[in-house]
Formats: sequence, C-alpha cells, structure tokens
Amino acid sequence: MTILIKGGDLVDPLKGFLKKQDIIIEGGYISRILPSGAFTETGPQISIIDASGKLIIPGMIDMHVHLREPGHEYKETIATGSLAGVAGGFTGLACMPNTDPVNDNVSVTEFILRQANKVGKLKVYPVAAITKGRRGENLTEFGDLKKAGAVGISDDGSPVVNSEIMRRALEYARYHNLTVISHCEDINLSAGGVMHEGIISTMIGLQGIPSASEEIMVEREISLARLTGCPVHIAHVSTANSVNAIKRAKEDGIPITAETAPHYFSLDHSEVLGYNTNAKINPPLRSPEDVMAIKKGLAEDVIDVIATDHAPHSILEKNLEFDKAAFGIIGLETALPLTLALVREGVLTIQTAIKKLTQAPASILGINGGILKEGSLADLAIIDPGCEYVLKEEDILSKSKNTPFIGKMLKGRNIITILEGQIVWSRDSERISC
Amino acid sequence: MKGFNHKDLLGMEQLSVKDIELILDTAESMKEVSQRDIKKVPTLRGKSIINFFYEPSTRTRTSFELAAKRLSADTISLSSSGSSMAKGETLIDTVKNLQAMSPDLIVLRHSSSGAPHLLAPEIKAGIINAGDGTNEHPTQALLDLFTIREKKGKIQGLKIAIIGDIEHSRVARSNIIGLKKMGADVTISGPPTMIPMKAESLGVSVTNNPVEAIKGKDVIMVLRIQLERQSKILFPTIREYSSYFGINKETLKNAKEDAIIMHPGPINRGVELANDVADSPFSVILDQVTNGVAVRMALLYLLIGGHRSDDID
Repeated sequence: MTILIKGGDLVDPLKGFLKKQDIIIEGGYISRILPSGAFTETGPQISIIDASGKLIIPGMIDMHVHLREPGHEYKETIATGSLAGVAGGFTGLACMPNTDPVNDNVSVTEFILRQANKVGKLKVYPVAAITKGRRGENLTEFGDLKKAGAVGISDDGSPVVNSEIMRRALEYARYHNLTVISHCEDINLSAGGVMHEGIISTMIGLQGIPSASEEIMVEREISLARLTGCPVHIAHVSTANSVNAIKRAKEDGIPITAETAPHYFSLDHSEVLGYNTNAKINPPLRSPEDVMAIKKGLAEDVIDVIATDHAPHSILEKNLEFDKAAFGIIGLETALPLTLALVREGVLTIQTAIKKLTQAPASILGINGGILKEGSLADLAIIDPGCEYVLKEEDILSKSKNTPFIGKMLKGRNIITILEGQIVWSRDSERISC
Repeated sequence: MKGFNHKDLLGMEQLSVKDIELILDTAESMKEVSQRDIKKVPTLRGKSIINFFYEPSTRTRTSFELAAKRLSADTISLSSSGSSMAKGETLIDTVKNLQAMSPDLIVLRHSSSGAPHLLAPEIKAGIINAGDGTNEHPTQALLDLFTIREKKGKIQGLKIAIIGDIEHSRVARSNIIGLKKMGADVTISGPPTMIPMKAESLGVSVTNNPVEAIKGKDVIMVLRIQLERQSKILFPTIREYSSYFGINKETLKNAKEDAIIMHPGPINRGVELANDVADSPFSVILDQVTNGVAVRMALLYLLIGGHRSDDID
C-alpha cells in the first residue's frame, strides 16, 4: 500500500517551512518528498490524502506525560492516553514513573511497553525513576532499565532532595545514555502551597508556592551540571527567573535543556479565581510577568521543548475543596492549538514551534523521530491551523477531563495522525466538525 | 422585597455598600430583640437551619445558634467528627445529603478556603460562610463594622489598624474588604512572616512596626495569634512575639485618645493583647460578641425571611 499526501505545506523542523510538497509513504517509511503534483502515478494500490490548505508536520513527541498505568487506571490507561495522544497529533509519549508500582524496575518498564504495543497507536517511551520508589535514597538500576527500553530517568514530582545522590545519578546516567529530567521544587519551601504566591493568593486566602521554590532547584541542577559536565533537562519551567538562570547557564556552555508546558504560556494565576481546581497545577500557574518571560524564553530558544505534563485526574480528585484537590491538568489534546497561538502572536515561527514539539524532544531523549525526510519512518500528522472550535468536555478523549481550557476557543486542530505509514487517527472518523 | 438579593453569603467580596448598610441597619432592630425579656420573634418559624462546623468554634457557633432560635427557626448543629465526613464522605456528598432534607440555610465553617464557594452552586439552600480556611469570615467583619458604627457613629474616613497574623487571618481579609468598601483607611501590621505577599494590592498601608501602625488610629483590631502556628516558624517564641508585637497600655498611647480596641476572640491574654488592655474601657471586645448575634439575626432574616419563596422558579 502506498499513501500519497498531496497539496499540503510541509513543516520540517530542520529544513524549514516548505510550501506545497507531496509525501509518498511506502512500507511504513517516507519514500519520497516531491514538489506538489510531481507524483503522477495512480492506481488502486495508491491511497490519496488531500492535504490542501493543511500543514504536514512530523508526529509530535511529548516528553512529559502521565499515563497512570499501572496503578491509576481510573484516571487514564495507556490505551486512553494513546488515543488522546494521537488525537492531539502525537506519535510519541514519554511517560513519567509515578505509577503504582513506581516504574523503578525492569518489570514495570517492560509492562508499560507491552501495554503500549498492544494498543499500537503510538510509541511510548518510559521514563524510569532515578531512585527506588522515588524516595530519593537508592539509585535504580539504570543499565538494566535502559536495556529494557527506558529513555530517561526522573523522580518526577518527588525531586531528589539530596544533592549528592543527584550528582551521582547524573554521572551514572550519562554512562548509560539516559536523559535525566528534573522536576525542580524545593519541597520545604513549597510545602502546603496550592497556588502561585502573589496577588491572587493574597486576595483569595490560599497558601502560596513561591517562585523561589522552583528557582532554587533550577540553580542547583545548573550547579551540578557545571560540576559534572553531565546534561540535565529541566521539566515544566514556569518562572521568569528560572528562564534567566537557564539562559545564563546555556551561555556559559553548561549542558542544560528545558521544557515548558502550554498552560504556562497561555494562562496566569488569575485562572484560579473562584477556586477553580482545574487550574490547580504544580508548578502553579504564575503571574502575567512570568507568562511573558516564558514566551520570551521560547522565542530565544532558552526553552527547547514544549511538553504537556499531561496529568489526568478523575472528577473524584478535582471536585473537592481547593486545598484537597489534586495538582495537574491534561494537555495532550490542547498542546497543538495553544502552541499555534504563539505562532499567530508572532512569538515563534511555525518551524520553531513545531520543532519544540517534535525534533527538539526527540533529540533530548535520544530517540528517532521528529523529522520528515526521505527514508525516515512515516510518523506524521496533518493539521488544520485554521480550524476554530470551543473545547467541549464531551469531545475530550482522555479518560479524565481536568483542563481549564474547557469552554475556551481554540484554533488549530490535528486532522490525521500516521504512525509508521498507518493512519492511527483521523478526525473525520471521530465525528468532530470543522 | 427587602432589597437583599443573595442566595448565599460567601464573603464581603460579594457584598455591595448598599448590601452592607442594609445588613447593619437590619441588625439594629434585631439587637433590640435580644434586649427583651422574651427574646424570641416568630419571623423564621418553620425554617430550618443547619450549622455545619467542620472546625471547632465556640463564639460563632453559639452566636448563629442563638440568632436562629431568637427568630424561631429550627436549628441543628453538626461537627465534622460527628458527621459522615469522619467516615470519608466528600464535602459535596455530605452537603448534598443535607440538602435532601430541605434545609433553608446551611451555615458552614470549614478549614479549606473556598469550601462554601464550592458548595453554593450545588445546592438549593443558602450558604453562609462562617469562616473558610484563610479566606474570609464575613459575619465577623459585619459584626465588627456594626460595632465600629455603633461606637463611632460612622465608618467612612476612620483610621483603622489591624495587627497580627494577617496572612493566615480570614478575619483580617474580610475586614479589609469590608472596611475599604465602607470608606475607612486601613493599615495592617505584624511581623514580616505574617504579612502576605504583595499585601499593598489589598489597598492597605503596611508596616511591621505596631507602634507606627497604631499612631493616630480610631480603631485597633488585634488578631489572635494562633499558637499552633509557631511550628511553622512564623515567630521564635511567644515571649518574643508579645514583647515586639503585643499591644499594651504603653503602645496604645500612640492611638487616638478615644480609640477602641477590638479582637475577634478567643484572646491569648498576655500574648497579642495585654491583660489590662483587654479589660480596659477602650475594649469593645464583648460588645462585638453581643452584636454578633444581632448581625447574624439580620443576615438570617435577609437571606430566608419569607421573601425567598417568591423567587422559587
């Protein structure tokens, strides 16, 4: 079976924005990329996708999601997370280890990969724990985890407090080619906090999480990367001073990379007003000044990656008193439109925006994908940047619906997701308009 | 119609100046009821009110209970330990179950900021916020406004100092909002560990020095120091707190001669307030408690006093 995608504009993160290119897919690979109309063969064995007026991008790779399996299948499963992922335009998800049991050993890593294979909609890249049980005490078996298929390590929301252990983890992880991802939070400074500490927390009487709780740990990771020469990837950057610190570190040649999530450049702490638990996230939505700084950090490439920190929670954990509700929001189905908004605002070019969702995370994780070229696997998405719609709860495919974007107008939507030459999601088949 | 168009009282934030004036005016006639020999009128006969106190309280709970009884409403009191919340039921479920028994009003005291805001849209009964976490305690602010107006004849233009743990005080937050709305000039004071981030954004002056805060003020509101917060390293010792931030006869000399001292209670004598100050003629602390019943009667009347049946759709 040959697929011809014709008439679309191709966005290649490395080569740039190419107008009107046709893509021919054969045997799961991109066999040829040609100027539009140059491919004239026809026949029953050729399936044609008309992509006129649409963009063709590499399959997006989200390097920070929570798939909740094993252990919290009532929030999300690898199957529902995969479905939400392909609907959003993703063909690769790196899933965090805060499952139950924790992904701190080969059997859990293998289980996740086995489940993902069964679903077969997209590629799942397990991120294993740095320490056993994410308790910050004993290192996990990095070598065996890597062999089993883990691409990175992180203790996620329970950051390694002991700097000596973190130092050894960085050194040992580099030997095994594992990307170390750090959730930066001084957990003593943030203890008890439920939203950003600032004007809004003062106004509505909620305990604040100061920006410094993130920045202190960002500075520590930079110091450890300087000391050891080992790379560190900073997860979900949310504050202006974190951006500044990472910028200086990069200028000094320290091996630091960073991601932010769409909500940190789309929303600020005023979203919490009315005690909206769907705006309760860690790190918290910050001030408008921080939002500006995150955008600037993206524009200046201080922040390399846009990752969602997709964190499904059931209504049981959200329809509660604000301080008792769980932290986190889902993001797989809104990442693309929120990122395209930055292109419309002139913060990012389409090429850079797509790069931060594709090639950049692939490169940091050391995995294939994120590019469109002849001979590469045909993992791609066809997107409609002009499609405007109001996000409705019933249209969300993730098992959990915890997002502050419900009811908001979004622009830009994935139409078709192709994984290794197979159409794994198509908007038309999911009875969604526009 | 009485011109009070609210289903709930969630906070001072939601009240207009007109609403506040109406509540205070109504409270004046209610106060008279409490001074009679037979302290009961039939106004709320046939209405039921649930006092749901998730946190311990003596003053507020008794005050609401008496207010309701003096208006002839039927009242029930619940605490979290005696309720199904102790069995793991969620707050929304507990309150929906209460709603199923058709109360007219639920008075809620809860440790989480925003708890009454969460419940109000879920149920038909009105909700009165009797203190939510570190957010608001609107009935305390209303009784404080009533007391100030009673003692000073007005609120507009008065200079008021609020001293203590501002950050963790729902009384402070409600009073700041209410006093600002009524045109008073508010200064807050306390150790730096107890002043919230960007406190000026609340429209108040901020000083850490209590003497400076008191200078030339008509009203000094002293907040209770929650001794259990000492574990949060907000201050080193009670002894040091009282010597630097406690209000005594000496510091009071800086206030206006006819200044009044207020405190929401319960007082830690000798900590935030010197013993002799608490009992001095300047102190209106017990008047606040008396007025609390009147203000709560006024609120109960305005929220469920007969007219709401007209609104049922």
